Amino acid sequence: MSNPLRGEVIRLYKNLLYLGREYPKGTTYFRERLKAAFMKNKDVTDPEKIKKLVDRGEFVIKELEALYFLRKYRAMKRHYYEPEH
Amino acid sequence: MSARVLVGVKRVIDYAVKIRVKPDHTGVVTDGVKHSMNPFCEIAVEEAVKLKEKKLVKEVVAVSCGPQQVQETIRTALAMGADRGIHVEVSGKDYETLGPLQVSKILAALAKKEQADLIILGKQAIDDDCNQTGQMTAALLDWPQGTFASEVNIEADKLKVVREVDGGLETIKIKLPAVVTADLRLNTPRYATLPNIMKAKKKKIANVKPADLGVDVSSRLEVLKVDEPPQRQGGVKVETVNDLVRKLKEAGRI
Repeated sequence: MSNPLRGEVIRLYKNLLYLGREYPKGTTYFRERLKAAFMKNKDVTDPEKIKKLVDRGEFVIKELEALYFLRKYRAMKRHYYEPEH
Repeated sequence: MSARVLVGVKRVIDYAVKIRVKPDHTGVVTDGVKHSMNPFCEIAVEEAVKLKEKKLVKEVVAVSCGPQQVQETIRTALAMGADRGIHVEVSGKDYETLGPLQVSKILAALAKKEQADLIILGKQAIDDDCNQTGQMTAALLDWPQGTFASEVNIEADKLKVVREVDGGLETIKIKLPAVVTADLRLNTPRYATLPNIMKAKKKKIANVKPADLGVDVSSRLEVLKVDEPPQRQGGVKVETVNDLVRKLKEAGRI
């Protein structure tokens, strides 16, 4: 019943964990909070609800990618370009 | 279009890491320090992959020079969409002295061997800040160059490049084959997520030695000393203009 979704959830967790390696506050900080966030929902059985949570996880992935890009862009801009650029 | 793009990627110390000078002042500490792909190289890879997605080029080949570890960087390029990789093995002393002249000789030899039509590089590496490899490669191949590119368009057999220059933007048209170096605003590089990295494991990375390409990687430069920049002195606040003048006189400035 929740078996195909189980695979999706585990895949989501692995993807987020991979992304967490670059987290500004540190990998351990990220991993603790990631585990806590997943554990909080471990008893959810309704496939609809699980799908919604997985979508929220995908959203967080997009947010992290945007965060990493902005951080890098701003650092490069600060290091290499005149202030009025 | 049957064009093949060669993209050079460099493995550098991650941009967010605090750099430490080695106690013997011969270089910076690299052991155990986080490394990643040079940000400008990421932009170069992204541009090449975008050209492939628009079906303007057929194949994207990622190249990196260095020891075993640079394969990670090539894998990242493959995860972003490059088709195959070439690892030019350079290690030990040779790697420590590897600079733009040697790399551009290697890239020129590879461009001829792989029959590349376009070479895209980052404009400079964030570790040495040379900003020379693209220009030297173009000179060695006698190809036109579009450096500091913030926009690249292929029009028939020519390349229209918008360059970021001191006075603003300059648009030039150059014939293919050509060398392009990527500037910050060229594009937004995609993130190499775990699923992409996994898929990229199937892609091939060929191993080549500089000697196979007929390139001598010995350096004509010797690093004498590496020092940290001087510490910033604290500022001093003064109450009146007279105080300021007095302090400047004391410091021998006026």
